[in-house]
Amino acid sequence: MSSAELLRLDGVRKYFGLRGAPWRTGQTVKAVDGVSFVVRKGETVGLVGESGSGKSTLARVATRLLDPTSGRVEIGGKDVTRFRGRRLRPVRRTVQMVFQDPQASLNPRQSVGTILSTPFRAQGTRPTRAQLIELLHKVGLSEEHLERYPHEFSGGQRQRIGIARALAVSPDLLICDEPVSALDVSVQAQVLNLLADLRDELGLSYVVVAHDLAVVRQVASRVAVMYLGTIVEEGPSDQVYAAPAHPYTKALLSAVPVPEPGVTRDRIVLTGDVPTPISPPSGCPFRTRCYKAEDVCATTRPVLEPVNGQTEHRAACYFPEPPPS
Amino acid sequence: MSSSVAGAVSPTRQALHRVRRDRSARVGLGLVVALIVVAAASPLLVKLSGQDAFTYHIDLLDPARGNAPQGSFGGVSGEHWFGVEPLTGRDLFSIVVLGLRTSLTIAIVVTVVTTVIGTLLGITAAYVGGWFDAILSRLLDFLFGFPQLVFMIALGIIVPAKVPRTVLLIGVLSVFGWAGLARLIRAQARSLVTREFVEAARSVGSSGWWVITRELLPNLLGPVLVVATLSIPGYIGAEAALSFLGVGVPPPTPSLGRSISDSIAWVYTGTDPWFMVFPGIALFVAVLGFTLLGDGVRDAFDVRLRRTH
Repeated sequence: MSSAELLRLDGVRKYFGLRGAPWRTGQTVKAVDGVSFVVRKGETVGLVGESGSGKSTLARVATRLLDPTSGRVEIGGKDVTRFRGRRLRPVRRTVQMVFQDPQASLNPRQSVGTILSTPFRAQGTRPTRAQLIELLHKVGLSEEHLERYPHEFSGGQRQRIGIARALAVSPDLLICDEPVSALDVSVQAQVLNLLADLRDELGLSYVVVAHDLAVVRQVASRVAVMYLGTIVEEGPSDQVYAAPAHPYTKALLSAVPVPEPGVTRDRIVLTGDVPTPISPPSGCPFRTRCYKAEDVCATTRPVLEPVNGQTEHRAACYFPEPPPS
Repeated sequence: MSSSVAGAVSPTRQALHRVRRDRSARVGLGLVVALIVVAAASPLLVKLSGQDAFTYHIDLLDPARGNAPQGSFGGVSGEHWFGVEPLTGRDLFSIVVLGLRTSLTIAIVVTVVTTVIGTLLGITAAYVGGWFDAILSRLLDFLFGFPQLVFMIALGIIVPAKVPRTVLLIGVLSVFGWAGLARLIRAQARSLVTREFVEAARSVGSSGWWVITRELLPNLLGPVLVVATLSIPGYIGAEAALSFLGVGVPPPTPSLGRSISDSIAWVYTGTDPWFMVFPGIALFVAVLGFTLLGDGVRDAFDVRLRRTH
């Protein structure tokens, strides 16, 4: 794969300072702690992890809604790490975001027409009514919805409006932060199908952030697994799902229910909770809950390395799982 | 929820529609409109009555009763509809309608100024955060802790007479008046800025000004309108109080507050209680009208908060 890079993150860190009580000043939450990550044109990358693993923060750094504490963000081959305000405006036309909660991401005081014209106005143009209607058609809504207000729609419809807004600036890459987690299961499939249709129709690329492995498996060609602010495993979906190399990925996958009745699977039950990102463990962030941890894991943090000779499939572990025989 | 094709109405419209259906709010609105018409047309009304607020009519006073007006009801007659002022014999109707205009003008101007400043600074503090928010919050604390009344009285005495008192009153009431609204709006806006639609607006490239005026402000219109309408009677009262204390609008400019202040002695001695009744009723009706309207606006917007989407 050598097609154009839409997004490149290099050693990105995002720390949040803790405020409030005096004894907490100076402490930081290491939400994202050294992530490197590339999205090429035409790809759909799934970003999975539990709550608090930093995946939503990473999505917001990648869209430059948040400033990274350190590291580099390149969008469309351009270093935009230090861009702010007005200079970011043209960058917005490359990368757009779809938000988790379609209820909260639409302004309750604005009609759909106003919501959809905001991106045009922000970019300095005025949309025609035909353009707005075309956007609605793209996401499976119709002209009659233009004058309505968000509370008059169902959750799935609201998410379609959110997607239409992101499409308004004709972006190349959509970063979807948990696009379906707030929706009913039946509606989830519809929205995921819509995303797939739009990919084929408009040549879009996606980063789909999700905690649901099944969702990511359905849409993503490549998967990155996050734990405590770092990527612990990354690779083509079929390889990662068939042969997880990192113990954490293996444990996650073993928790996915098996659809065939009667078939059971050896489930790896992780003990304890995710450590606090205020003071993550030394060395490998996963070692405190890992069933394979040894002394070396506590000293140096493992880096992503190719697994089983596959250059595309990489894991950050000293004792990667052997491929299934 | 109405979801017919034609039934798409913005939430703000729905709330204003509820105001119109609320009976006490309608009464309030009627009173407010009537008062504004009277205040706006006061010079005309005064001319219509054939009087003015400045001519002395000593002949209508009764020196035997300490120069209280002759006749019943404070000297009410076909010429002097509300009677005359004791001691001077000036036409009380003219004084009341022109005083109403003074009071309403000051109250409305102060409300507009404080509402615009308080709303914009409150939203900006919540949206920008950081040092701007910290400085504004300390300034608000300072204004809240400040002995406003003492300061206003002192200022009324110190400031040279060249400065028109009306302007001084508007300025002083405005300086202290925006703090309450700013604090309320800042608190409400802080819960709004964490909502994803603000991020969504930023992510499509909207400017900060756009987010503040187009995304956040419409969601705060409810509390802004409520506080604004309810603060008008407060400022009418404040202006009257300052005039009552002698640091408000100076004579001979008519002022409801000063007339009421002047009337105290006449009520106390029982020689002319009517001197207080007419300006008192005008002040009462003004405060009542704006309060009823404000309550209606508040109820209309509260319903939205209780409604489940």
